Order: sequence, then structure tokens, then C-alpha cells
Amino acid sequence: MTAVLHLDNVTRVHGEGATRVAALRGVSFTARPGELVAVMGPSGSGKSTLLNLAGGLDTPTSGSVLIEGVDLSGLDVAGRARVRRTSVGYVFQDYNLIPALTAAENVALPRELDGDSRKEAREKAMIALERVGIAEVADRFPDEMSGGQQQRVAIARSVVGERRLILADEPTGALDTETGEEVLRVLRDFCDAGAAGVLVTHEARHAGWADRVVFLRDGLVVDEAAASGAYGDPLEQGAL
Amino acid sequence: MSVRQSLLALLEQGPMYGYQLRAEFEQRTGATWPLNVGQVYTTLSRLERDGMVAVVDHGGVDDRTEADGEAGTQSESGGERGQVSYQITEAGRAEVAEWFSTPVPRTQPARDELAIKLAIAVTLPGVDIGRLIQQQRTATMSALQAHTRTKRAGRPGALVGEIQSATEDLAWSLVLDSLVFDAESEIRWLDHCEARLRRASHQTKTASSIQPEESR
Repeated sequence: MTAVLHLDNVTRVHGEGATRVAALRGVSFTARPGELVAVMGPSGSGKSTLLNLAGGLDTPTSGSVLIEGVDLSGLDVAGRARVRRTSVGYVFQDYNLIPALTAAENVALPRELDGDSRKEAREKAMIALERVGIAEVADRFPDEMSGGQQQRVAIARSVVGERRLILADEPTGALDTETGEEVLRVLRDFCDAGAAGVLVTHEARHAGWADRVVFLRDGLVVDEAAASGAYGDPLEQGAL
Repeated sequence: MSVRQSLLALLEQGPMYGYQLRAEFEQRTGATWPLNVGQVYTTLSRLERDGMVAVVDHGGVDDRTEADGEAGTQSESGGERGQVSYQITEAGRAEVAEWFSTPVPRTQPARDELAIKLAIAVTLPGVDIGRLIQQQRTATMSALQAHTRTKRAGRPGALVGEIQSATEDLAWSLVLDSLVFDAESEIRWLDHCEARLRRASHQTKTASSIQPEESR
């Protein structure tokens, strides 16, 4: 199956001479449809650089980034912006909702920017809000919602219009344990329904929701963990 | 592990057979710490000896001898054949109350193989401790993923909408949470070890047990 996201031998160098820092060094990485991949690593390991490159916010020094088979290096700024609008959704730690817009308007915004009529955009936003289970807060403003609800709105915004790549940067960082878990469950459900997700986190408990966990250190992938098989788990071996 | 107190506490619900007790225990804890029925009956005999439980019902054949035999011959059907059931005594209730009101002692931690392994490895030349930590972290992460997956799938055999089932679901998921938090804490500790060892190796040129990536 074609990867939704594919980084091929990507290097990203910041600065020159004495201040030269290689944030990523020859990293290859894929996220396929239906897959949630977590990226873990200490500060400065290259997690954010990887996410920025994956979303077309930054360009690699060498190597290539492909989203749904399209090589971003072959696109100009406007072309990359189009790919971001149509294929990539972002979820941030601090939600990044526009305070003056309601939940539905926040979710509809990317569709309107992409040329949908206000009515079409609203309809798609309502579908996305229903999928994250909070259609009832559609007409509320961000400050009238809980943190968990705001993050669900942000997830709805990231997938509205059938975008298939969700890039999540510490999406549960500002939430308590239980609410964070609900948000991960929503993210997981979208991946189960066919999206590809990349979850950057420093919390192993959150990475536990992923199909694969990629460990970064000093700009390199040092290891990768996949869930042990269904029969590898003691709880599933029992005679319940 | 406190099989003794757990079984005693379950008997507060009413008299039970050994097999029933085992099932009740595992419904709450998953099969994380499986009990064999022989262990259940051995514990019950000791509880009876100590006056914590009393035998209430003698049918025909006492299955205690069979329980010690081959696993394949064990009956899974509680009281169909003559069996004894056990009832908690006043002394037993007092022990249960004592158990719930006393914290589990943590001042004498159980031996931790991983901590010991790392402590030995760090003092020996020739052990690639960076690799040891990375491999362990990957293994622990895989276990954490498996626990999360099990939790998402829900308790096998749970009956939706039943109150009894709902409280058992809760108990089951709390046990899973405990495994998840344990794994998370182990990964955090491994990250911490790695950071400290890297700092140490930068500070003392002689310490070379963990090598920076550039020199690999």
C-alpha cells in the first residue's frame, strides 16, 4: 500500500561552519494508511524537524519528502501550501484555535480557504465534529469549551475534507491523564478508519497507542518498536 | 502476592467453591497473575487451618485431592459434583478489614532484575550499555503497546450494560493501567540512565561504555 507520508534519506542542516547543526541525518520514515506512528526522543533529537518536514513547513537539505506520492521538492511555495490544505492536518499541544470563531467555523476554515462555499464548508465541519463526538459544541467559542473539547475540535479541523495525514505534536501535553486518553482514542479511531498519523510525544504512555514507535536521537533513527503480537500479551493468554 | 487476602476478601460476598474463587479473582485482574486451582485449594486449606474460613457444604467427593492432580482432569463446573465450599469467619472478616486499612509495604522493594543488570553492566568493561538500554526500551515499549491495545479491545467476555460486569471492567482496566504506568516509568528511568551515562562519558574520557553515534 502506498505510504501517505514518505521521508527518503532526509537530512536537514541548520546554520553553517562552526554553528552548523544537523537536525536530521539521513532519516527514512513512512506512515501508511491506517497506521499511527509515534516519534519519541529527547529534546534536540530531531522530532520537531521531522514533523515540520513532513508537513511541508520546512524543506530538507537533501533527500525527499513525499505526501501521497507527490514529491514536495518539486513544488513551489504555493504548491506546498496546497498540499498542506488538502492532504495534511496539524494538531498542536495548545490547540491553536482561532478565539473569535466558533468550533464549527474553526473546523470549516481550511475548507473555505480551499474554495468551498461557506455552506459546503459548514456541512463538512459538522461531519468532522460528529466524528470526534462533539457536534453539540459546534456553535461555542473556544473559551466556552474544556481543553479536551478544544483538542477534539483541533482534530476535527485536521481531518476535515478527507485529509489523510494527521501530524500531531504533543497533542495531549496540556490535558489531564484521562482527557488525554480520550483525545488519543479519537486520533487512533481516525487512523483505524484509514488516515495516517504521526504522533510526536515524549510520553511513552501516549506512544503506546501507536502501531510503531520510532526512537530518534541526535537526528538519527536509533530503533523502532512495534506492538508484540496478540498472543504476546499475558492478559490475552488467560482463560477469561 | 496476596492470594490469601484476595481470596478471603472475595469470600465476603458469600460462600464459594475453589473454581468459583479462581474465576472471580481472574475476572477482576485479567489473567495477569494466573492462579492454578491447586494454589487456590492450598490457600483455602491454610485459611481453614487458621480459622479464617469454614467448610460449609460437603457433597459427595471432595475435589481437593483431584485439584492437586493433573490439570487436564480438573472440573471447570463449580458445584456439579460433590465439592466443598468455603465461608468466611469473623476472624477472616477482621483480616480482610486489616488488609484494606494497611498500605502495601514499599520499604523492602522486590529485587529488580533490570536495575541489577544495569548496575552490573555499568561497572564492567566491554558491555555495550547504550545498546542494552535501547534494546530494553524497545522491548518495554512493545509491551506497553500491547497493554494499550488490550485495553482498547476491552475485557474479553464482558457483558455490556450489566452492573456487575461494569465494575469488573473497571477493575480489569485499572490492572491494565497499572501495567501501562509501570512500563512508562521503566522507559522514563531508561531515558534517565541513558542521559546520565552519556553525560558521564563526555565528562570522563576514560568512560567509554556508551559511545556517541559519530564514533560507531
